[in-house]
Amino acid sequence: MVEKRDNSVDGLSFEKALEELEKIVQALESGEVELEKSVALYERGEKLKARCETLLRQAEERVEKVKANSQGEAQGVEPFEAE
Amino acid sequence: MAEAESNIVEFTVSELSFALKRVVEGSFEQVRVRGEVGRVSRPGSGHIYLDLKDEKAVLAGVVWKGVAARLRFLPEQGLEVIATGKLTTFPGQSKYQIVIDHIEPAGAGALMALLEARRKQLAGEGLFDAERKKPLPYLPGVIGVVTSPSGAVIRDILHRLRDRFPVRVLIWPTRVQGEGAAEEIAAGIRGFNALAPDGPIPRPDVMIVARGGGSIEDLWAFNEEITVRAVAGSAIPVISAVGHETDWTLIDHVADLRAPTPTGAAEMAVPVRTELLAALADLESRRQGAVGRGMERRRRDLTALARAMPALTDLVAVPRQRLDNAAELLRLKLAGFVDLKRQRFAASAMRLSPATLRRAASQKHDRLRAQHARLVQAVSVRQRHARRDADRLSERLRPDLLSRAILRNRDRLAHAGRLLGSYSYQSVLERGFALVRDADGMMIRSAAAIATGDNLSIRFADGDVGAIADGSDTGGTAQPHRRKAAGPKKTAKPAKKPARAAKKPGDQGDLF
Repeated sequence: MVEKRDNSVDGLSFEKALEELEKIVQALESGEVELEKSVALYERGEKLKARCETLLRQAEERVEKVKANSQGEAQGVEPFEAE
Repeated sequence: MAEAESNIVEFTVSELSFALKRVVEGSFEQVRVRGEVGRVSRPGSGHIYLDLKDEKAVLAGVVWKGVAARLRFLPEQGLEVIATGKLTTFPGQSKYQIVIDHIEPAGAGALMALLEARRKQLAGEGLFDAERKKPLPYLPGVIGVVTSPSGAVIRDILHRLRDRFPVRVLIWPTRVQGEGAAEEIAAGIRGFNALAPDGPIPRPDVMIVARGGGSIEDLWAFNEEITVRAVAGSAIPVISAVGHETDWTLIDHVADLRAPTPTGAAEMAVPVRTELLAALADLESRRQGAVGRGMERRRRDLTALARAMPALTDLVAVPRQRLDNAAELLRLKLAGFVDLKRQRFAASAMRLSPATLRRAASQKHDRLRAQHARLVQAVSVRQRHARRDADRLSERLRPDLLSRAILRNRDRLAHAGRLLGSYSYQSVLERGFALVRDADGMMIRSAAAIATGDNLSIRFADGDVGAIADGSDTGGTAQPHRRKAAGPKKTAKPAKKPARAAKKPGDQGDLF
């Protein structure tokens, strides 16, 4: 079954959120969840879905090149243009 | 010994040394020499100093900086190489060396042998152990790529990342072959690890170390120990993607995941976003559907149960029937009860006829009449008795008895009256005596009882006269006359009183 985690989904990684969402869907589909609990699970699933979508939406290509000093330490970044 | 001079030319050291230098450089201007690389040193000057050796001899060699930079492959200890160059001497130290302008492994076998030896050594340290492999993050936010900033490799990686899941990419530009390439690659790996997780430059969640295809010498930087150890020491998971699928380098063994190609590395680094979105959409529809179906199922169950539930009218029908029966029974029984009572009443009432009453009444009446007769009789008897007694008494009660008694009492009264008159002082007064009383009405029996000035009342038979005693002694029996004369004189005023009092004896006399 789905274990009760922290209510917030903000800190969850995509993978964790997706995994929990899958479990919730499976639990709901099994039809063995009490009505009240199923509502709570449904709402939890809603949050998890939103979290996953947020993480997916955040995906944005941004390519930068590291500028390193002679000691091999990164000093900063600059936009990268493929040659 | 001295006279044993000959005509042998005498050289100075310099002359000889430089003569030798000319001979050596002239004779060995272009040579190929095969040998195992011995000690190698690469000072800061950029030149490479190395020894070539075999079982019996050692030849010092040098690769000038300019040449070293162009080398596809850097010589290292233990590798059998074929070096091409010219011999030269170093007069200042009585040394000679080969100035190498080209050096290459003595065939692929030689390099492979070296690689195998190193692989065994590093594997012996446990660097390639499976338990050292770190899992890759499912969805990295930042990907670090250590590779050449130019060429197809980075383009392929970026292209594939864009296709699958656009993310932030940090490129650590390095040379990927030749002089300093291994050091730069190792520095890039360590540099990414050195980034603070929340610093200005984001620390990659996963790293790709990549190079395109090439000969074993071309890929040699990825076999260098410094590169291998840098990957082994990386806290960030590393995907190695060096050369083609058939090319194996040592960092492929030490990396957490080996990709066959740079493109393959990009595929391993990120999931396909559209697939995730599709999976998420699928989960979402399943979630909605599951809840909807759950509700529908519950609704269906509820409806079925509701249908199975007996109607309220059915539920109360049986009790209602019992109630009806009981009520009907009650009605019947009540009627029967009334009838029963009525019958008993009728039976009783039948017995209770006027004749019965009259009979009882006449009986009572008869008894009453009998009693009355007895009473009348008794009363008449008593009356007869009483009348008889009364007659007897009335016979004895004669008027003469009464008058006789009255007469007797009247005589007694007259006698008493006469007796009373004889005893009264009135008669004495009538005989000429007077009664003297003081002011209080008390009878005065003695002259001594009178003081001079006393008010006196003198009663005669026909009335009272007031008098005041003057104290003179007349003596004898004449006294009462004087007193009588003096009285009215001296007391004219109170005369009224005796006049009134004089009437009293008359009144009183009347009473008698």
